[in-house]
Amino acid sequence: MSEEVELVFGRPESLADVVTHYCPGCIHGIVHRLVAEVIDELGLRKRAVGIAPVGCSVLAYNYFEFDFAEAAHGRAPAMATGMKRVRPDLIVFTYQGDGDLASIGTNELIHAAARGENITIVFINNAVYGMTGGQMAPTTLPGMVTTSSPYGRDVKTQGYPVRVCELVSQLDGAAYVVRRTAYKPAEIRKLRRALKTAFQVQMAGLGFSLVEVVSNCPTNWGMSPKESLRFIEERMIPYYPLGDYKVVDGVKDLK
Amino acid sequence: MKILMKGNEAIAEAAIRAGCEAYFGYPITPQTEVLEYMSRRMPELGRAFVQAESELGAINMVYGAACTGARVMTTTSSPGYSLMQEGISYIAMSFVPCVIVNIMRGGPGLGNIQPAQGDYFQMTKGGGHGDYHLIVLAPSTVQETVDLIIEAFDLADKYRQPVAVIADGMIGQIMEPVEFPEMKEPERPERPWALTGAKDRPKNVITSLYLGAQNLERENIRLQKIIQEIKANEVRYAEYMMEGAEYVVVAYGTAGRIVQTAVKQARAEGIPVGLFRPISMFPFPYKELDEATRAARRILVVELSAGQMIEDVRLATCCRVPISFYGKMGGVVPLPDDILNEIRAMAKE
Repeated sequence: MSEEVELVFGRPESLADVVTHYCPGCIHGIVHRLVAEVIDELGLRKRAVGIAPVGCSVLAYNYFEFDFAEAAHGRAPAMATGMKRVRPDLIVFTYQGDGDLASIGTNELIHAAARGENITIVFINNAVYGMTGGQMAPTTLPGMVTTSSPYGRDVKTQGYPVRVCELVSQLDGAAYVVRRTAYKPAEIRKLRRALKTAFQVQMAGLGFSLVEVVSNCPTNWGMSPKESLRFIEERMIPYYPLGDYKVVDGVKDLK
Repeated sequence: MKILMKGNEAIAEAAIRAGCEAYFGYPITPQTEVLEYMSRRMPELGRAFVQAESELGAINMVYGAACTGARVMTTTSSPGYSLMQEGISYIAMSFVPCVIVNIMRGGPGLGNIQPAQGDYFQMTKGGGHGDYHLIVLAPSTVQETVDLIIEAFDLADKYRQPVAVIADGMIGQIMEPVEFPEMKEPERPERPWALTGAKDRPKNVITSLYLGAQNLERENIRLQKIIQEIKANEVRYAEYMMEGAEYVVVAYGTAGRIVQTAVKQARAEGIPVGLFRPISMFPFPYKELDEATRAARRILVVELSAGQMIEDVRLATCCRVPISFYGKMGGVVPLPDDILNEIRAMAKE
């Protein structure tokens, strides 16, 4: 009988062995790990380039073990466009929050999707500007209290939330647009599969892929981590329904 | 062999000859022919071309492509350059090379599409946030534009910094005979800093974020060292009829070439006048202008603006010589006779 021991669980090679700056209970850590696992599984680490946003994940480049760039606020999809067009052999993805992607970076997002850029976007939607201390984001729910909507978001004066998947899926250039979450293990497994599919879409040259993750912010929501997960389920998901918003032909054939 | 070509198209072809692998731009008069030319030629050569959604998009596409170590260019005109300032600041602090062309037009605001030099401050004094300067080259003919575009790519690579070429609507739109160097195939020399995939090396990170004050100071010092090197090595200027000149006219770009005609006429009238034409607007030829005006009795600065470069002329000469100014704004281009009258008046004083 062989004495060889098979490693069945460990740190993904693509995930740096460092302590992150993320708050206790934040879902960023889970999504980072899933991205790293998927990059490893698809054998992409040596040709992956990530682009970090401005926001809580501004230091994401410290947490992955592959090439990374840091974009100006909201401009990551444009930067990714430049990289991918000149080096189509690279696997280029951006990792952006809701302030970065759905507010200051909407122009870059919409047009990267409309052009069908063969890039992948991981979009973390937690309904607040986390890094700057919990201000109202474009995705803040109606009535939700933040540091810049202290009376609760009043849609009469502060407008309605932006539903990114619904918006982007309208564009012909988008190939794979889905919304997932990570508040319980079953949803985490679905999210992992979606992330893998999104990178496979890029590998197959099918076009623009975006995975939205309905996420949490215990710190700025003023909740315990457990309460924040319940808030995702009870308040966020009804406004941001999970599901596949755009899946072009060819995605189903990906193995 | 010389061919007759429009300034903007010559800029595009020069970039292609210099091995530019990717071009990103947005339509804005009077530079749009660069974009149009590139939209045809780049795909023909299997190189990257994207008409961006905005100048913000364009400069960030440039930033992304430059991070991979490719030779890359964008072109725009004044209002578009204002929009690009954010990205240029990031690119400078990220130490990645690229070439940016500004075909200046009348401002401020939407202004107009006529030739102007009102962007001197934002081109040479930084422009975006933080402490940085770009190398800024200002041609006065289409041929010189071609030569400087090619040089700009080499300088960008040499210093790992964005390099700007500034012309104006006149140079962008005029047709002149030009000669191009041989086509250079895009090559990717060893660029150990570039984002090319972490194959047989640790990961590379390109960022302009340094949260610790000491770390950000260190990177600032690194950038300032490069700028000092640029100041020491990259001064460029031209002189015309400067021998025995008692009167010196300082002008660049289109203004420089108009002044050249006026100086020639003034010399024919016996006025001992010469032209000093800075080509590198940054680094400005402070020492060279100071030396060139040692024997001068008066200096005349001519600009297509309210007077911006004149501040550097004052710095160069420490106001040792009386300086007068002749400027036109709003896209009004002076005739050689207008300048000649100024030279005559200067010689009488």
